[in-house]
Amino acid sequence: MNWHAVKVIYVNEMMRTFRTLAQSIASPVISTSLYFVVFGSAIGSRIESIDGVSYGAFLVPGLMMLSLLTQSISNASFGIYFPKFIGTIYEILSAPISHFEILLGYVGAAATKSLIIGTIILITASFFVDIRIAHPIWMVSFFVLTCVTFSLLGFIIGIWADNFEKLQLVPLLVITPLVFLGGSFYSIDMLPPAWQTISLFNPVLYLISGFRWSFFEVSDVSVGWSLLAVAVFLFACLAVVSWMFKTGYKMKS
Amino acid sequence: MSTILSVEHLTKRYESGHEALTDVNLQINEGEILALLGPNGAGKTTLISIICGIVNATEGRVMVAGHDNVTAFRKTRSLIGLVPQELTLGSFDRVSDTVNFSRGLFGKGRDDAWVEQLLTDLSLWDKRDSEIMTLSGGMKRRVLIAKALAHKPRVLFLDEPTAGVDVELRKDMWEIVSKLREDGVTIILTTHYIEEAEAIADRVGVISKGKLLLVEDKATLMQKLGKKQLIIELRSPATALPGQLNDYDLELSPGGDSITYTYDVRAERTGITRLLQELQQAGLELRDLQTRQSSLEEIFVNLVNDQ
Ligand SMILES: Nc1ncnc2c1ncn2[C@@H]1O[C@H](COP(=O)(O)OP(=O)(O)O)[C@@H](O)[C@H]1O
Ligand SMILES: [Mg+2]
Repeated sequence: MNWHAVKVIYVNEMMRTFRTLAQSIASPVISTSLYFVVFGSAIGSRIESIDGVSYGAFLVPGLMMLSLLTQSISNASFGIYFPKFIGTIYEILSAPISHFEILLGYVGAAATKSLIIGTIILITASFFVDIRIAHPIWMVSFFVLTCVTFSLLGFIIGIWADNFEKLQLVPLLVITPLVFLGGSFYSIDMLPPAWQTISLFNPVLYLISGFRWSFFEVSDVSVGWSLLAVAVFLFACLAVVSWMFKTGYKMKS
Repeated sequence: MSTILSVEHLTKRYESGHEALTDVNLQINEGEILALLGPNGAGKTTLISIICGIVNATEGRVMVAGHDNVTAFRKTRSLIGLVPQELTLGSFDRVSDTVNFSRGLFGKGRDDAWVEQLLTDLSLWDKRDSEIMTLSGGMKRRVLIAKALAHKPRVLFLDEPTAGVDVELRKDMWEIVSKLREDGVTIILTTHYIEEAEAIADRVGVISKGKLLLVEDKATLMQKLGKKQLIIELRSPATALPGQLNDYDLELSPGGDSITYTYDVRAERTGITRLLQELQQAGLELRDLQTRQSSLEEIFVNLVNDQ
């Protein structure tokens, strides 16, 4: 293992984050606060509690997931896309590092950043609502697995994309709708039956549901299914990544 | 002298179907400076990219210090440093950070003393905390060299190091190269300037349209390529060349109104003075004179046609 390389890639990516520290940290704090003011207080005060959980608290896992998914994808995809775009990728390709080490550096950094942002959101939220975490170990597991899995997905997108539009495409057209329709802000029980069934085909629903269960022990689907969904996601991404590395897809001509 | 780099039957077809390299074979000795001379699109960058692991070969293989560059990529890449053709650098990075980054990528821990020496040698020490975007093009080129040397490679590739570079930096570049050579570093540089190859290389390879046409000692090659022509226009057309001029490499134009004398610029005496005297003695009256040097482009064309 070339640990020096993993370390410099990781540190370099984290430095990029800290260069835009204000933006990286202020934006999740502000947007979370806004969600709480608008949904939690203004609208939420008119919504009765869901399954015995106040609407404000019910929002927290969904909001975290929304940020984790979009941040993981955008950070990891940008992280690997940028050197491709400006050409500095030549150095990484010509260095004595395996693909796995490249992955570890980039995905590790992107996942770390998401973990930091998720934690900030959680802390911000705790100023607005009472948060209890029923199953901390499960909560941390879902938290970490989601960050890693979606950073992997971001990495894949970053390699696949050959222009900025493509880079934005998946987060915008796929992830955001799936998160919004995946029960971030509501329980699918509130939907008409037909839409409930359709929602079950939304993989993000399982993530949010499992994550919420680890907080409040309420869920749309059983936690076993949620766990399976994360595992399937993770392995699907790993499979795609290893195929990309094996073929040199869009990295080497 | 031992072979440090060996390229065997290397062929590259890009996905577009374009064959950028065709059966290239090349042996490079440890400690030598090889200049790869070729026009744009010849395949120089492709060749370097394959050796460094940036581009996959279609056929053939590359051995560095006896190791295959695909199966033993960690060994081979650790030995190699690359200064790319384009000024590819992250604009927001600081000079010393980006050099430390390169060192790390190549598996070496921090070594502040070495980085200081490197940056000092490249006149970059004052700029160590500057962001890359504040540097001039020449300075950026130096940063790329510092990055390539950060892990102390045994083989250094310089892809068109002096293209679009001012005279000052070009001289510096040549100095840097000869210093590295004293340290025993093997250097492969690409260029389309003959003078550059002449100034610093031990051997010169000529590449055109993906084929390595020849690799020769600089002295031999320069003799072959360094031809110049004197075109002598006559006042009245001659039907034949006077017999006393048989010793010269002369050619009479089809119309007989000009004579072309091909000579070696590097020879002690070019023979021009004597030729002109003899022309006069032979009773030929001159209207005008002009000289032309065979351009690299022409030389390539000739080389390709000779194949
Ligand atoms: N990624 C690529 N895909 C397709 N063709 C390429 C690619 N890179 C280079 N080429 C083509 O291969 C040929 C050799 O290019 P290159 O190695 O860059 O030449 P040089 O460095 O000698 O100018 C050129 O015709 C170029 O257009
Ligand atoms: Mg080139």
